[in-house]
Formats: sequence, structure tokens, C-alpha cells
Amino acid sequence: MTRSPLRDLLVGLFILAGLGAIAYLSFSVGGLSYGGPGGLTIYAAFDQTGGLKPRAPVVISGVKVGQVTSITLNENFRARVAMDLDRRLKLPTDTAASIVTAGILGDRYISLQLGGDDKLLAPEDSITFTESAIILESLIGKFMYGRSGGSAGSDSGGNGGSEAQKKGS
Amino acid sequence: MRLRAIEDFGFLALRFVDDLGKLALFTLQILGARFTPPLRGRVFVAELFKLGVLSLIIICVSGIAVGMVLGLQGYNTLVRFGAEQSLGAVVGLSLIRELGPVLTALLAAGRAGSATAAEIGTMVATEQLDGLRMMSINPVHLVVTPKATAMIAVMPLLSALFIVCGLFGGYAVGVGLMGLDGGTYMSSLQSAVDFHDDVLGSLLKALIFGVLIGLISTYRGYTSAPTSEGVSAATTSTVVVGSVSVLIFDYFITALWGV
Repeated sequence: MTRSPLRDLLVGLFILAGLGAIAYLSFSVGGLSYGGPGGLTIYAAFDQTGGLKPRAPVVISGVKVGQVTSITLNENFRARVAMDLDRRLKLPTDTAASIVTAGILGDRYISLQLGGDDKLLAPEDSITFTESAIILESLIGKFMYGRSGGSAGSDSGGNGGSEAQKKGS
Repeated sequence: MRLRAIEDFGFLALRFVDDLGKLALFTLQILGARFTPPLRGRVFVAELFKLGVLSLIIICVSGIAVGMVLGLQGYNTLVRFGAEQSLGAVVGLSLIRELGPVLTALLAAGRAGSATAAEIGTMVATEQLDGLRMMSINPVHLVVTPKATAMIAVMPLLSALFIVCGLFGGYAVGVGLMGLDGGTYMSSLQSAVDFHDDVLGSLLKALIFGVLIGLISTYRGYTSAPTSEGVSAATTSTVVVGSVSVLIFDYFITALWGV
């Protein structure tokens, strides 16, 4: 077997192209790392995440600034959502986080509304003002039972309840 | 008469088990040869060229065509539910999880696997392998092992290229033709595809399919009857057995590991 420069060059190019495709799939499409800068971890507790998933985007005014990294249950049985945000962000301590939906049936994501406080959130801090996801089914259920005029039957207790409580403060 | 049919069935079953056992021994032989010097690097590179580089055009063209069809079909279905923003997720997930590895394996079985089987089969028929044995060169070491390992190495690369071409084809139809927003397509794709669940699983599938086709094509060629009929039978059965086993294995990989 002799060396053949053209063939070897083509094989080399082929391997590089294949590895490039794998890298593109892994990093860019697969999101092995978040495309933007990260490094600022902030927590927020919600009563109801309503199908929020890890890697869901976190946005401010519709611009993506980070993503959800994990969703766990805290000691008070509320959902503790960890977010990885751009570390250059200066978030006031009274920033509010709400879980919203893209369109009626779209994916859940977290939207941050900045407050006006002078103090800033430090890494690993928790956001106190949170607004849970709105569950469409429970709203419809409450609407129907509400219309039937206080039929405080066995159903209505389980149906409405906790989802509707918004965490004001 | 009834007994005869059962006899036939028993013979078929025994031959199947016999074949599997021989294939396992053949695999061990290849593994042994892989780690016995000399490592035959130049032959391996030549095989990479034949199996990989020469398959590039068919892989890329098929990838783009499949991606375009997925984009068109996905768009027409999704637009009924007003969910055309999810086109990127539909195209990306179906390509990465299923179509990429499976179609690449089927194309490779038809293009590269059949060529491998025919080449080894012709060497058997023209007694070239016996010639190698006369010179005390192990034909598994020189001829079979580089072909089988090159097939295994090439398959994940080809599959990844197929997927990237398909994503591009879906983008071209969805964004270029149907007027979807390019950012929407990419963000739906990126939020749906997970590295660990989807991309790694896709590469694992491609690797397993590479092992299947590499082994089947070399085994069929190596054990073919030394006649022109034997060579054609080896080529045919490589494509048939290779394609069917890829599809069957695909189901079980998906069912077992949820890839």
C-alpha cells in the first residue's frame, strides 16, 4: 500500500467534516452548553410549574438571557427552579419571575420582570416574587363550577384550590 | 409428508443457530486481528476512502431530500393546528432519533456493504485469499479487519452528516419556501433536542448499525461459495440481511434505551 496524497487528503477532510457535524449537533443543536454566557445561578420557588422543563428559556422582555437547569421539590413542598443566567445581568432583589406559555398550547418558559430596588441579587440568591403557571383546565373548571352557583360539592374542592393562589409576596 | 415439513423447519433453525455461532467466532477473529501488529494503517485509510468518502454524495443528497420532505410534510400537518412554529422540533427530532441513523445504515448497506461483500467474495472465488494463506498472511488480518473496522468508524460520521444535511433541507423548505421565521425554526429545534437523550443516542445507534453492516458484509463475502453465483448471492444477502437486521435492531434499541 503506497501513500496517495489526494486520497489521504480526501479522507482527512471527510473525517473532519464528520466530526464537525457531530460537534454541531452536540453543541449547537443539542445544547451541550447554553449558547450565551451563563454563570449566574438564581433560584425561585413556585407553587405550580405546570409542565416547565429543564432547558426551558428564561427571558426578559422576550429576549433570552438564560435557561432553567433543574426543577426540584424544596422542604416546603414547593417547586424550586434553578436558572442559569448571563452573569453580566444586574437584577434588583425585587425582580419577579413568572411562568408563562408561548401561545395557548406552546411551551412554558420563565419571564423575569425587573423591579426598582437598589440592591442586586447575588449568585445563588432566590427570587421572592414568583407567579405560578396558569393551568387552563383548572380555570375552565372553576369557571364552570362558579357559574352553577356555589355548588360546593365534592368536586370543586379538589379542583380549584392551590393552583389559583398566586404568590404575591 | 407432514414430518418432512417439520424436518425442514428444524434444519432451518439449526442452520440459523450455526450461522450465528460462526458469525460470533468470525467477530472474535476480527477483534483478535485488530490488536495484532502490524495494524495495517494504510489499508484502513484506503477503506475509509472507499466506504466513507465515496458514500458522501449519496448521503448528503439523500439527507437534503429527506429533510426537505420532512419540512414540507411537517409544515402541511402542523399548519392545520396552528403549530407551524414547532417545525424545527419535528424535523430535528425525527432526523436525529430515527431517520438519520436508520436511513444512513440502509444506504450504506446498499452502497458500501454490497461492494465489500462482492470484493471479498470475488477474492474467494479467484482464490486470492488462498494465495494469501500460501504466503502465510492471515486474510482476516489483511482483508477483512480493515473493511469491518472502517465501516464501524465511518457510520457515525456519515449519520451526523446526513442529519446536518437534513436539518439544512428542512430549514430551506420551512424558512425559504413556506416563509417561517428562521429564528423560530432554530429555537424550536434547539429547545427540543437534548444532547444526552437525543444526540448521544443517535450516535450510539449509528455505531451499532455500523457494527452490524460491517460484520454481515464481510462475513457474507468471506463465506461465499467460490463461484460467480456465490458472489452474487453474498451481495444480495448482505443487502437483505443487513437492512432487515438494522430495522429490527432499531426497534429494540429504541424500546430498551428509549433512544
